[in-house]
Amino acid sequence: MYDANKIIPGLVIFVGLMTFPIWAGMGKAEPVPKPKIDTPVIKEMAEKHCVESKNYMADYHMQMLITWRDKALRDGKRIYVSSSGQKYNVSLQNTCMKCHSNKKEFCDKCHNYVGVKPYCWDCHIEPIEPKGNVL
Amino acid sequence: MGVMLSLIAVLVIVLVPLAGSQVSGLQYVFGVFFPYAGFAVLLAGFVFKVLNWAKSPVPFRIPTTAGQEFSLPWIKQAKLDNPSTTTGVIGRMAFEILAFRSLFRNTKAELRSGNLIYGPAKWLWLGALAFHWAFFIIAVRHLRLFVQPIPGWVEFLDKIDSIMQIGTPPVYITDVLLIGGVTFLLLRRLLIPRVRYISLPADYFPLFLILAIGTTGILMRFFIRTDIVAVKSLLVGLATFHPFIPKNVGAIFFIHATLVSVLMAYFPFSKLMHLGGIFLSPTRNLANNNRMVRHVNPWSYPVKVHTYDEYEDEFRDLMKGAGIPVERE
Ligand code: HEC
Ligand code: HEC
Ligand code: HEC
Repeated sequence: MYDANKIIPGLVIFVGLMTFPIWAGMGKAEPVPKPKIDTPVIKEMAEKHCVESKNYMADYHMQMLITWRDKALRDGKRIYVSSSGQKYNVSLQNTCMKCHSNKKEFCDKCHNYVGVKPYCWDCHIEPIEPKGNVL
Repeated sequence: MGVMLSLIAVLVIVLVPLAGSQVSGLQYVFGVFFPYAGFAVLLAGFVFKVLNWAKSPVPFRIPTTAGQEFSLPWIKQAKLDNPSTTTGVIGRMAFEILAFRSLFRNTKAELRSGNLIYGPAKWLWLGALAFHWAFFIIAVRHLRLFVQPIPGWVEFLDKIDSIMQIGTPPVYITDVLLIGGVTFLLLRRLLIPRVRYISLPADYFPLFLILAIGTTGILMRFFIRTDIVAVKSLLVGLATFHPFIPKNVGAIFFIHATLVSVLMAYFPFSKLMHLGGIFLSPTRNLANNNRMVRHVNPWSYPVKVHTYDEYEDEFRDLMKGAGIPVERE
């Protein structure tokens, strides 16, 4: 083998960088976040369900929100009829966040885990959380 | 012919996980086994290839001399294009790897009113550069789904990449560049007769594969969404060697993962190895110091020589006797 003094360190760096996720995650077994739904409004619900099915919400809520916005602000449609026939007021703060008033324990739990920071809160106002809920 | 073959191969790689992931037991194959196998083949194959290349001696300096070489002090040397020092070589390599400097010099020959003329051709350089950088940034950005907690610089990269804030979830600039770049590179092969003539399945297959990876990724982000929290838990499981298949992960993810696994396994044995090859290109990574430094041929063995001095010592008396002049008495 020729030029081992350059090629071996090069390969070590390559393998080191490629395996970054392995050694960066070593010894840090972080549990999958469980968004909390124990808000006062949800607690009072007889049947605990979201606007749409739970799976649909987990996958598509961001697109639902943006269609809500477009429908409300561009077409003036401020009532959303869910697939189960229930009517909802189209509003981020007044609908979603009424039920999910624990943004830090709910929305942020998932978002921090996958590394998204929705910029909606640049303008929209986060629900004020009672002291007890904020850890 | 080569086009259809490659296209069919990629379609098969899409259809197998599409059908297979419906069978619950097989999800483990597409979500755990293939990614591990692909990654292992990538690392081992890459190291093997490079070590194999390193077995070839480079007895003499063969850099392409694309400028004035080191000469008299009053002649200006092209330090980057004809480097004579290690610093110069590092500079040259950096420009080559980060900015595709030699591709930038790409020219095109054309017959115009009977004359053969040469002109600059920058589109290939631009398309290639956009594609490679986009691919690199996308790969690094994916770390947000492999590492927990997410390093700050990965989040920063993600933020910069989605800074246009178009749509929700926002469109990444690199996604547009990647798809644009691959499409350009593919159309170039398909539409320019000369390039098409020399294109093989080995040229089309990686392009289709990367196009399919980009397309499934974009589909997963905007159209056929799946539970990204579950996807991340799967990927963190892989990285921490606690593999498991969570619920709610859609077929689209298994297709994406299988395509990437195939790309990883294919990488070391294909033209894609130019990732490692560029670092080991003797026409780029050698200083042009052929006449400044003594380069010993690595396979030369000590030859038994008989110098004139020794010859004279041996035959001095006989030479003198015959009247032949000698250098030393
Ligand atoms: C009427 C109260 C209510 C409203 C309004 C509501 N949610 Fe929900 N949401 C819930 C409940 C209850 C659950 C838990 C459902 C379950 O476990 O089946 C839930 C679940 C979810 C989930 C899935 C969480 C998980 O663990 O996967 C998301 C995401 C979500 N909601 C987002 C939203 C968004 C975005 C809005 C506004 C468009 C919204 N919710 C409006 C009550 C509500
Ligand atoms: C079950 C986990 C979960 C919960 C709970 C949740 N989200 Fe999300 N959210 C996600 C995921 C995953 C993404 C997108 C990740 C991706 O595509 O990379 C996302 C993305 C978004 C986006 C798009 C922003 C972007 O940069 O991609 C918005 C807006 C959003 N969520 C709003 C909300 C709101 C408001 C709530 C609380 C009512 C909420 N989400 C609760 C998981 C969740
Ligand atoms: C530049 C500031 C700004 C940003 C950023 C922003 N919004 Fe809005 N949003 C508004 C304004 C202003 C309205 C109009 C309120 C009205 O007329 O009811 C609105 C209305 C809406 C509505 C319908 C009305 C209501 O009461 O909620 C939805 C849904 C909505 N926005 C969702 C979002 C989501 C989701 C995001 C993040 C992806 C977001 N917005 C980001 C300013 C903003």
